Amino acid sequence: MERIYVFVSGPLAWIAWTVFVVGSIYRIWHLLKLAKEKEQVLFSYISFKYAIRSIINWAIPWNTNNMRLHPIFVGVAFLFHIGFFLILAFLSAHVILLEEGFGLGWPALPDIVADMLAFAVLGACIFFAARRVVRPEVAFVTDWTDYALLGLVAAPFLTGILAYHQWGDPLVVTLLHILSAELLIASIPFTRLSHMLFAPFTRGYIGSEFGMVRHVKDW
Amino acid sequence: MSERVWIKDEGIERGAEALTPERIERTINAVLGNETGARLMAYVETCAHCGLCSEACHFYLSRDRDPSYSPVGKVKQTIWPMLKNKGKVSVEFMKQATQIAQTECNLCRRCVQYCPFGIDIAYMMTLVRRIVHKLELTPLYIQDTAHSHSATLNQMWVKDDEWIDALHWQEDELRDEFPTARIPLEKEGAEIMYSVIGPEPKFRTQLIYQAAAIMNVAGLDWTMPATPGWDNSDMAMFTGDSEIMARLKRAHFETAARLRVKKIVMGECGHAFRSVYDTGNRVLGWRMPPIPVIHALEFYWDLLNEGRIKVAKQIEEPVTFHDPCNVVRGRGLHEKAREVVRAFCKNLVEMHPNREHNLCCAAGGGVINCGPPFKNARVESNRAKAEQLKATGVKICIAPCHNCHGGLDDIIHKYELDMELKFLGEIIYECMEKPEAQ
Repeated sequence: MERIYVFVSGPLAWIAWTVFVVGSIYRIWHLLKLAKEKEQVLFSYISFKYAIRSIINWAIPWNTNNMRLHPIFVGVAFLFHIGFFLILAFLSAHVILLEEGFGLGWPALPDIVADMLAFAVLGACIFFAARRVVRPEVAFVTDWTDYALLGLVAAPFLTGILAYHQWGDPLVVTLLHILSAELLIASIPFTRLSHMLFAPFTRGYIGSEFGMVRHVKDW
Repeated sequence: MSERVWIKDEGIERGAEALTPERIERTINAVLGNETGARLMAYVETCAHCGLCSEACHFYLSRDRDPSYSPVGKVKQTIWPMLKNKGKVSVEFMKQATQIAQTECNLCRRCVQYCPFGIDIAYMMTLVRRIVHKLELTPLYIQDTAHSHSATLNQMWVKDDEWIDALHWQEDELRDEFPTARIPLEKEGAEIMYSVIGPEPKFRTQLIYQAAAIMNVAGLDWTMPATPGWDNSDMAMFTGDSEIMARLKRAHFETAARLRVKKIVMGECGHAFRSVYDTGNRVLGWRMPPIPVIHALEFYWDLLNEGRIKVAKQIEEPVTFHDPCNVVRGRGLHEKAREVVRAFCKNLVEMHPNREHNLCCAAGGGVINCGPPFKNARVESNRAKAEQLKATGVKICIAPCHNCHGGLDDIIHKYELDMELKFLGEIIYECMEKPEAQ
């Protein structure tokens, strides 16, 4: 078991992050290459000013017309995304790992805050899943991949919570936590989680079209 | 609300008879493979299947929130299976995809404003229409219009001499009211070329009359072409027939270039504006139109602000204003339009939502042009608009777009709204100072 742990927390972590970084660069490079080869015209409709205007307006909770129609969803969705990245970068256990491994360090979140955030992220995943069942307009466009992606995101948080609270066998739980996190990280560029990579492009492009050509807000 | 009926259309049925699975597969893959790229890839891969676009759509809202009418629901029933099965879809599937993309989406782009990622669902519906066009499944009535565009360069089979006759006739009428007024034809070097859509000479000639009255009162240096190229409308844009679209727009721009005008001013039409200002120029390789294109709403605003037209009287009755998607969501003319409306009308009652968030008329995007077979479904699919209009409680609705007029007229009758529709130019003509009028 220890040997598996050493492998999972060492070489496999390197592999997962490499897949994520190389995969993300590849996907973005491929997107731009595709645009250059087949839709070069798109570049003439990109306006940095309006792209940023659109991204900013959609990054503020309850700011857009549609967000105000779905206040609860928006609250949960923002909490989910912010919680995800805060825990990834500022959980004390993660910061310690970075310090030990690379000598890099930055302040960590208080454990109690991180714990609450982790529960919130997990709760958000359950909320999203429930919404897929309950809301007909979401259920209609949901397939198994949507649940799989939610499971993929929820797993590291579930196992992380178990590990933090020392519920279950610590070694097994930690192992599962690292494994599921690695799986998640590596799959981002190759699943619809790639919205993390593409959203700035789709948002920026439509923001440019609406701002520069159509002289109208896109939110 | 009744369930969706798969409507029998002669064009679709006849086209479907000639289809083979191989041809469907080949055509879908040719369009998706050769004519799409980064955009479609990013849209399909980014979509989180969240359904947040649903409430943007008047079809979804009017059809008791039937998810198969939501924007993403329409993508699910068209583009997704085409991509997933690599073009291997059935004839029946293509018939249904035709109805969905061609008659259950107005390409109004409201959903684009509702998607957190800014995914352009209208673009995807346009792609489906392109495939439908190449498979010769386009509904009969709108295909006839595209044929008219192809044969005559106008939308309504107006013959070259009929066009000139219609203008002379309106000039004659106009001179009863304004003895020295002209509708100048083929005046090279004029400042403005005024262009209209096919239905104006065909059955809404009073609009040409009113526009000419405004031009004459404002003392403008303007002209209309006496040759094909006068029509700025474009149903080919809505049938996915990019080749005919390009021919039409080339003829239009080249006519303006031949007349050496400084700008094109267009009548109150939304889709034509989209075609000339946004889509047609692109298909010809122009980033923006090669000659400035001014929609009537902006034109009126300019005239009012330059003092070229003056307000003689105001409409006393309360009015409401319908924001057409193509000039508001497509060009941001909502505030200018309101300034003109407020100048000529005492009491503007807003409908809600309004401005760039206004609900669509359900006629645009070529939907009304698919004709009688789809009329009932279209009108049923815009109960939301009827409720929105009704809630204003007013009797006059200003809708500065031909398609909107058609669509709103239908729902006003069906839902018994007791409302009168007006073009803004009609109101200006009625209420402006006419110093030389007799």
